[in-house]
Amino acid sequence: MIAVGVGLYVVGIGYSVALSFTNSKLLPKFDTFVGLANYDRLWSTGRWLISVENIWLFGLLSIALNMLLGFLLAAFMDRRVRYEDTFRTILLYPYAMSLIVTGLVWQWMMDPGLGIQSAMQNWGFAGFSFAPLTNPDTAIFGVVIAGVWQGTGVTMAILLAGLRGIDEDIWKAARVDGIPTWRTYVFIALPMLRGALATAFVLQAVSVVRVYDLIVGLTGGGPGIATEMPAKFVIDHITNRVNVSLGMAAATMMLLPIILLIGINLFIDWRRKAVAMRAAT
Amino acid sequence: MAGTRLRRLLTTAALGAFVTTPAVAAELEVIHWWTSGGEQAAVSVFADEFDALGGDNWIDTAIAGGSNARAATMQRILGGDPPDAAQFNISRQYEDLIEADLLLDLTELAEAEGWRDFIRPAAILAVCERDGRIFCVPVNIHSWQWAWASIPVFEQAGVPLPKNIDEFLASAPKIQQAGFIPFAIGGESWQHSGAFAVVLLNSLGRETYHRLYRDKDPAVARSPEVRKVFETFRSLKQFSDEGSANRNWNDTTNLVITDRAALQIMGDWARGEFALAGEKPGVDYECIAGPSEQPYLSTGGDIFLFPKQDDPEVEAAQLKLASMMVNPRVQALFNNAKGSLPIRDDVDLSLADACMQKGLALLQNPDTVVGDPINFVTEDTNGQIQDLFAQFWADDSLTVDNAQEQFAQIIETAN
Repeated sequence: MIAVGVGLYVVGIGYSVALSFTNSKLLPKFDTFVGLANYDRLWSTGRWLISVENIWLFGLLSIALNMLLGFLLAAFMDRRVRYEDTFRTILLYPYAMSLIVTGLVWQWMMDPGLGIQSAMQNWGFAGFSFAPLTNPDTAIFGVVIAGVWQGTGVTMAILLAGLRGIDEDIWKAARVDGIPTWRTYVFIALPMLRGALATAFVLQAVSVVRVYDLIVGLTGGGPGIATEMPAKFVIDHITNRVNVSLGMAAATMMLLPIILLIGINLFIDWRRKAVAMRAAT
Repeated sequence: MAGTRLRRLLTTAALGAFVTTPAVAAELEVIHWWTSGGEQAAVSVFADEFDALGGDNWIDTAIAGGSNARAATMQRILGGDPPDAAQFNISRQYEDLIEADLLLDLTELAEAEGWRDFIRPAAILAVCERDGRIFCVPVNIHSWQWAWASIPVFEQAGVPLPKNIDEFLASAPKIQQAGFIPFAIGGESWQHSGAFAVVLLNSLGRETYHRLYRDKDPAVARSPEVRKVFETFRSLKQFSDEGSANRNWNDTTNLVITDRAALQIMGDWARGEFALAGEKPGVDYECIAGPSEQPYLSTGGDIFLFPKQDDPEVEAAQLKLASMMVNPRVQALFNNAKGSLPIRDDVDLSLADACMQKGLALLQNPDTVVGDPINFVTEDTNGQIQDLFAQFWADDSLTVDNAQEQFAQIIETAN
């Protein structure tokens, strides 16, 4: 069973990679191999370069903000605030919402004529300006805002569960030693949350790599091509633009950082085991 | 009471006796993207007329957004569950389907009915042909070469309606001072590339335009005329409004309808929006062909193709539908509802408004009829061009020189 499952994945991935060396248009065809021509074109395509730049910017910013806000919120909840259940539901709710809906809602919120900007101006703050999506230089930050809004809740939930798992005695010991609460969180609780942090990070990282529907709902890739993302490049090329091989070349490039991450992970595991073995002997 | 019921029973029995239903009636599933009000009225003509032929039924699968609908059709054909008929543009979007032998060959029907004799201009049938065989049926002609102007806005700004883009650019500052948006455009990339192509065709003329897109001559793309179009396009930007990012085309048209914006460059499907709002051509709005003193008419539009099925009943029904779509009476009903131009001359268009009449007049002269770029370039190339023009519109740091060179390279590598 496991062999079949893994086999299917490996065959699927291998098939996609092989396709990227052909000149398949609509149908997968293996009769003409064109070497690296698709990769050549890919890395000289402005839209792909912008997509790559965007995903790094979006990934780093949104993961950092997500983790930071998620941890702050989790610590806040952990103080046994009143109506904790209500807050938790409200904060977790965006995660239950489809990314297309998230995108549309934020598109309206950030629309200069409909959203926050016009509301503030109508309330008398005439100089207030908040319309990141209208400018190609700031649009990506608008995407980050929507992404963080959507994903913070789940980070909070995971970290909160982690915090609740920490032994009460540790808190008591810290209090007896007179350590301020914030230091207990940062220097004692945070290191103990390693597992929860890793889980939250992996979830966020995966949602960054495959970000597609948020872009479609929020900006459609615009203004211009300022908020294009790799996954959208792949899907556009294997559907409408009828260039499967170029799409697969892009998909293969998206696979590389993931393989790299898995590789690093395996290497760390292997080293830890090696160290443990040496210690045992 | 009992009498009515009895009568109804009798009527049903009588109908059952008279209507000769064939042994097997085919259900034809048709994918299309006609979802707005006017579009739905038009596609209902096809559906109702087809059902009225008897026997077979039209099963409607409407998918909003042309690119979504086309993607769904492609994926279903590849997945082995093809629809029985599907809409595409007059273009090269489906050439791979023809090449892979996945479409029903309509040649016999077309030759029996003489499609090559009455479908005009020949270019709109040419996109259906491969090696002399015909694989699809054009149903209408839509042209991009139009500008839609709000007459009240131009009056209040105290400037005459422009005859071409240069005149418009000259009067745009006055319109802006009068408190209106001079140039209405939305945020979708096809709107930018469409408007760009309109300005490009007006400036290059038919021959050079064909050399650029049909013959893919990069020298044309590098010419000073094309450079000037890039500059014009950039100067149009300063006369657009902040809300243009993300706005779709019909909301943009609505700015002109409600007299908040002066002018929009948009294909003739915009007329439906004006008609729906109760606006009158020549009074509330004006359709400016071109916009140029020597306007052209570009031949975009829609086709239907029929994926191969193994069921002979279905195939017979597919051919019946194809034949019905070019029928002069159906063409009249359909195009009147859609606001597009018919694919043949012998069609009664008594309902056509002033704007449609202008288009029909242009269509009569072969020298003013020009193929849309997508008649000549693949979707892949078209996508690259769209990306470039959209980026050029949004991103001021992309210089004219750089953009023009990228454009030339796209043309150079296109096939």
